[in-house]
Amino acid sequence: MLRTGAYRIDRSTRASRVALAVAAVIVAALLSLPLWGDSGDMRLAVEIFYYLALAQAWNLLAGYTGLVSVGQQAYVGLGGYGFFALTVLLGIAPLPAIALAGIAAAVIALPTAFVVFRLRGAYFAIGSWVVGEVFRLLLALVKPLGGGTGMSLPVAVVLSLAPSRAARDVVVYYLGLALGAGAVSLVFLWLRSRQGLALTAIRDSERAAASVGVDNRRTKLAVHIIAAGIAGLVGALAFLEKLRISPDAAFSVGDWTANVIFIVVIGGIGSIEGPILGTIVFFGLRALLVDYGAWYLITLGALAVAVMLLAPQGLWGLLARAFGWQFFPVQRRLRLLDLRQAPPKPSEAPIEAAHRED
Amino acid sequence: MAWLNIIVQGALLGGLYALFAAGLSLMFGVMRLVNIAHGDLIVLSAYCALVIVQATGMHPLASLVLVVPLMFAFGYGLQRGLLNFTLSGGILPPLLVTFGLSVIIQNGLLEAFSADSRRLQAGALETASLRLGDQLAIGWLPAIVFIVAVAVIALLEQLLYRTALGRAFRAVSDDADTAQLSGVEIRHVFALATALALAVVSLAGVLLAIRTNFDPSIGPARLLYAFEAVIIGGLGSLWGTLAGGVLLGIAQSLGAALDPGWEILAGHIVFLLVLLLRPRGLFPKQAE
Amino acid sequence: MSLLEIRGLTAAYGDFQALYGIDLKVEEGETVAIIGANGAGKTTLLRAIAGLLRTPPDCIRFDGAPIGSLAPSRIVRRGIALVPEGRRLFPSLTVEENLRMGAQSGRGGPWTLSRLYGLFPALAARRRAAATALSGGEQQMAAIGRALMANPRLLLCDEISLGLAPRVIRDVYAALPGIRAEGTTVLIVEQDTSRALAEADRVYCLQEGRVTLEGAPAALTRERIRLAYFGL
Repeated sequence: MLRTGAYRIDRSTRASRVALAVAAVIVAALLSLPLWGDSGDMRLAVEIFYYLALAQAWNLLAGYTGLVSVGQQAYVGLGGYGFFALTVLLGIAPLPAIALAGIAAAVIALPTAFVVFRLRGAYFAIGSWVVGEVFRLLLALVKPLGGGTGMSLPVAVVLSLAPSRAARDVVVYYLGLALGAGAVSLVFLWLRSRQGLALTAIRDSERAAASVGVDNRRTKLAVHIIAAGIAGLVGALAFLEKLRISPDAAFSVGDWTANVIFIVVIGGIGSIEGPILGTIVFFGLRALLVDYGAWYLITLGALAVAVMLLAPQGLWGLLARAFGWQFFPVQRRLRLLDLRQAPPKPSEAPIEAAHRED
Repeated sequence: MAWLNIIVQGALLGGLYALFAAGLSLMFGVMRLVNIAHGDLIVLSAYCALVIVQATGMHPLASLVLVVPLMFAFGYGLQRGLLNFTLSGGILPPLLVTFGLSVIIQNGLLEAFSADSRRLQAGALETASLRLGDQLAIGWLPAIVFIVAVAVIALLEQLLYRTALGRAFRAVSDDADTAQLSGVEIRHVFALATALALAVVSLAGVLLAIRTNFDPSIGPARLLYAFEAVIIGGLGSLWGTLAGGVLLGIAQSLGAALDPGWEILAGHIVFLLVLLLRPRGLFPKQAE
Repeated sequence: MSLLEIRGLTAAYGDFQALYGIDLKVEEGETVAIIGANGAGKTTLLRAIAGLLRTPPDCIRFDGAPIGSLAPSRIVRRGIALVPEGRRLFPSLTVEENLRMGAQSGRGGPWTLSRLYGLFPALAARRRAAATALSGGEQQMAAIGRALMANPRLLLCDEISLGLAPRVIRDVYAALPGIRAEGTTVLIVEQDTSRALAEADRVYCLQEGRVTLEGAPAALTRERIRLAYFGL
């Protein structure tokens, strides 16, 4: 809290302090999951973590900088193949290989940005998709990595990560937890930082942001690269868990981008909470509709369309509006203090300095 | 001579891509709407023709008499019932709604028709060709597709520059508010644009289904080809789009001749090169 | 019954309220001018009448019928045409195509292409030119011509002198008597107060979204206008 004369700037709200406590309980539960859950639970949890990470990254792209990418599968695939290449071809140990694969995906995002940033808006969306396809087709030509049919992770590599299957599940689980929690924390800390203010400004009005000196292009490039890095880590971890990679699986637009878009749109675009809620809804729906095949995706698509048209801020937007919730205190609230009286009680409505356009 | 044959076949294939692209271009031109479901609508028309052909036993080309009006009506309804509501709030709603639509159509087709590969049987037309030399032969079907593409683009140009509807399309594209002030019902005009785009799409879908196998999953790739043809040709120019489609087709067939794995890749690489070297496309409309 | 009757009209762009309870009447055959400083709400008022801003249906009545909630394309069919601020010609259409766009509403009446070319001979010579190739004055004539092609009973003109040289302004305003002679009622928004007073039968002055003065030009003193205009 900052005190400066007749006003103070609050960042946290009562809801966010409650949320912090709840989050601590959840983190404790998750940390102890290997003690009480079976390997099936851990596998599901890992999948939830990497969708959460991808959703946060995509939300940063589309929700804040207007980069509606349909090409995140490019970096998931590159991360996965990077991991396989580093461990299988270069003999690097699995753990450093995961980190390097994430870095590699981020590095490759730089030259691709040079091409796709020439396209704007919807054209960027399709252009990024083309880039994803190019990498899929290119990797299918790389014979040492199995070409079009792909390859399995050699047993030696798997064993070098952990001696038994149970131990491997635990290692992968904690890596997944670190990735999911890391992505949420990264986005949270970024949005609270000075650059985060720039991001929020770009979200609300690109032109206005530029006019007050925000370097839109640099910010967008940074988001693009970070999102690619997160996707790369997800890819490395996902295909380490699957033990097998192929171009179609690694660069699947459905798995790595469509699902993520649905998660963010349904949960609520342009907030940190939205992708978290969206991930919960996504996995909940999947559990409910597991026996209905294509109907699951039809339902998801229809739900996303309905949300976009009826509640463009997503389910989280509805909740936030109805209850005034904000769990991640990234806003700055300006409270005017009357110096002749006691400071206002927390229940009094604050004046929002950084309120949103919508 | 073998190379000439490859280039000619590629160019003819490009006619089909130009046909894919014309509908996309029309919708973007009139209402700045990029329809992510474009490719899936192509596939939907192919299945629509399949059902009609199976039910009536008519020739696939004859089924166009039903498929084109059906898709025209579907396009009108789609725009008025859904897409018009996405056009007032920035770039996200139209993109994400058409993205959702794409997933719905793909999985709906999967549910209804399974993932099996299908084809429309066109009898002798499929194999008939005109032999022009030792190694050069032009199939009747690819030639017909190309001629149809040229005819459709010529007709669309006439419509855009010679009719009251075309004038309204261009006016709405320039400035929708002012067009309304002149008495243009933009919701209706938008719906007509989508209807027309889907009529062209249905033509493309049926011709595609006679030329090659199709299944519910091939839509997105057709969207990418259409998009690439538009960008290579240069925005806002239908003849440029034809040129873009032809270039894309030639790149793919040259790539395929080198190595089957390079077919699609070569097309994408030509697109990326154009984007790098001539971001406004090869035949951009003159700056206003 | 007045041709146009506005009662208690309020309008806002998002959080910003631009009009606070405007009352205004225009009789058939009149020429009425709205004056006021920048940001007084003049353009907003015309945009509301033309249907570009949604307003409660009963706030605006045209020929006795409520039109407040109609779409712009419906309103122009009823006989109200707007010459928008900044002319807003369609840049990718030729001059003649721009004029033909005005006839989109399908209302019959005295104004046809050939009559318009009679009113604005400069346009006839440039009918095939791109709208963007015209001079500022010609563009303004084309914008007025486009609105007239709808054969309106009420013509709304928003700042038709803006950015034009005085000689060109005279040429543009020279068309007004010919338009009035067809029985067309004219409502102009004009920043140039003396021009407005010279053209209009009655004047309204707007200040910060409210009507601060109304009357025939002859009945208004310079002092009262200054007060209504600036509030000082």
